[in-house]
Amino acid sequence: MNKHDPVDVLIIGAGASGAAVAWSLAETKMHILCLDQGGWMKPSEYPSTGRDWEAKFYGEWSTSPNIRARPEDYPINDDNSPIKVVNFNGVGGSTVMYTAHWPRLHPSDFRVKTLDGVADDWPIDYETLVPFFEENDRMMGVSGLSGDPLSPLTHPPMPPQPLGLSGPLIGKAMNKLGWHWWPSDTTVATMDYEGRARCINLGHCTPACAQGAKASTDITYWPQAIRAGVELKTHCRVREILTNEHGMASGVVYYDQDGVEQFQPAEVVIIACNGVGTPRLLLNSVSGRFPNGLANSSGLVGKNLMFHPYAQIYGFVKEPTDSNRAPPTCLWSKEFYDTDLSRGFVRGYGIQFGRGAGPVFEAVASEQKGILPWGADHHRVFRRLNGHRLAVSAICEDLPEEHNRVTLDPVLKDSHGIPAPKIDYTISENSRKMMEHGLARGREILEAAGATDICINSPIPWGGWHLLGTARMGTDPARSVVNEWGRSHDVKNLFIVDGSVFVTSGGVNPTSTIQAIALYIADQMKQRLANLFD
Amino acid sequence: MSAANELTAAQRDDLRTVAAMIIPASDEYQVPGADDPAIQADMLATLGRDTLLVAQALDHLARLAGKPLAELDAARRDEIAKEFRATGGVAAATLVRVVLQCYYRDDRVLRSLGLELRAPFPKGHVLPEGDWSLLDPVRARGGRMRIP
Repeated sequence: MNKHDPVDVLIIGAGASGAAVAWSLAETKMHILCLDQGGWMKPSEYPSTGRDWEAKFYGEWSTSPNIRARPEDYPINDDNSPIKVVNFNGVGGSTVMYTAHWPRLHPSDFRVKTLDGVADDWPIDYETLVPFFEENDRMMGVSGLSGDPLSPLTHPPMPPQPLGLSGPLIGKAMNKLGWHWWPSDTTVATMDYEGRARCINLGHCTPACAQGAKASTDITYWPQAIRAGVELKTHCRVREILTNEHGMASGVVYYDQDGVEQFQPAEVVIIACNGVGTPRLLLNSVSGRFPNGLANSSGLVGKNLMFHPYAQIYGFVKEPTDSNRAPPTCLWSKEFYDTDLSRGFVRGYGIQFGRGAGPVFEAVASEQKGILPWGADHHRVFRRLNGHRLAVSAICEDLPEEHNRVTLDPVLKDSHGIPAPKIDYTISENSRKMMEHGLARGREILEAAGATDICINSPIPWGGWHLLGTARMGTDPARSVVNEWGRSHDVKNLFIVDGSVFVTSGGVNPTSTIQAIALYIADQMKQRLANLFD
Repeated sequence: MSAANELTAAQRDDLRTVAAMIIPASDEYQVPGADDPAIQADMLATLGRDTLLVAQALDHLARLAGKPLAELDAARRDEIAKEFRATGGVAAATLVRVVLQCYYRDDRVLRSLGLELRAPFPKGHVLPEGDWSLLDPVRARGGRMRIP
């Protein structure tokens, strides 16, 4: 095994959180190295550059790593879960393939035990994160409309996306019902911003943005971090973290692009591999001192996996909608976000509205649902459906449950022979009630908009975008994996900065909060450099 | 069992027949059916990673039909098609998706739908701004987040 010169800080993973922490730590002038199992993206190869752009979503640009199966991907056994894991592996991580919807967790999300008597309070609060939310919004480049009465106050540096054709239809329906709605903050640039070109509405943003208008960390944080001296090595897949005789992390073993085993020593190791990749790595890092996996004296590594079950309902209106001619989401609602026990469940959900779908997606989805027939009537029905879809998705707060977990699959391995993650997950009764409530309210919204042919996806099967909770933070080493500033309780030079550290999930997309936490942990590290391991 | 990387002549025949059953040609909308030679050629040229599942689906279809699909009368073909879709699982869904994704990128079909014949990039699309006064009732209602 080749051994390299030691670095001060080794970051594993170049996605949302790894990029943010690398950029923040760069000002220390320490020798910082990041290893990522994927490579740099080539926007000229993104789906929207070709006529077959929609077909690619079902293959090499699927959100599922199991379907996509690029060399950079690792397989995930999610057979025992109604919600399948979706992610992206490469520089930028899953920010390359996300919708750019950009809510923050609410202040109440950090105090669920105190407020509602469930789960646990976080060891940090919303106010602590505010400066890092703001810094992150500037770095990622956020568009939106400040002043939402039911969301945390934000200051987007760019104006919101146009309402388009779909937005007013949704807005009128919500006004008819007297329910809250607001233009969503997004990381879609609505004007030229920090070297990024403005959005020109290429269509659905999820499978990467050829225009570069959607913020992914390969075009936001990484160029700045690299200019500041951070080193990023691609196509390097970390197998395990090694420890020394003092129980400290000594470095990592990884496979380079040629599959050659390498050892990279480091003074500090930071894991940024998401809520599935991080526990996988820790559980693969066994030793005599850490027989149950690294940083796992609590036994909680991999447990408390939270996904956000999505309850989606959609229908078709007479008026034309934005179809594939706009970013997929433009509005949110927090009408049902906070606990109201009269609804039959605790906690709540955000709503994100979908503007529409492209013709291939519409044909495939509608045929599967049985509303687009085979035969002579196909053409008439398709013309009624295509370009007329509106969607409502309740993104339900998933409470932590230890039986929802990531373990190592005894058989399945990645292309380097590293044991793959296995997911065991069930949707709780509380979440089911929440999803039913969301579907019922969604139906009311769609009916208020005049929609017909209403269909349901609940849960959205390939909806495991948000991978949270599997190395939770807390002050009690028996009940958490990392402390309140991201350092492992067990290994004092090991940090975790991704969604694994979430204590609860909130009812919104988590990337904004994940990155704010990564910046907060980096800031804590900088403040404690003299006694980081005490 | 079919080869993993290509369809047999019999499978191609059945693919053409079932594609026309899914989407027949229409004089009213001036569009070809999914059995159109150019659309069929697109399917065969771009099957790629879907080849194995599509071949499995066609094998399943052949078992149900007992003979080339084109040789059945229309009523029997419809019965077979219903059974195929109900029992074909992921393979049948993949076959149908392949037919649809190639059909709905054909120039003649897109033109009939009033869609432009181009990739989204680099031209993009223009989005109307919409009526922002719709937010006035939301602002008027106000409200506040739950604060711990």
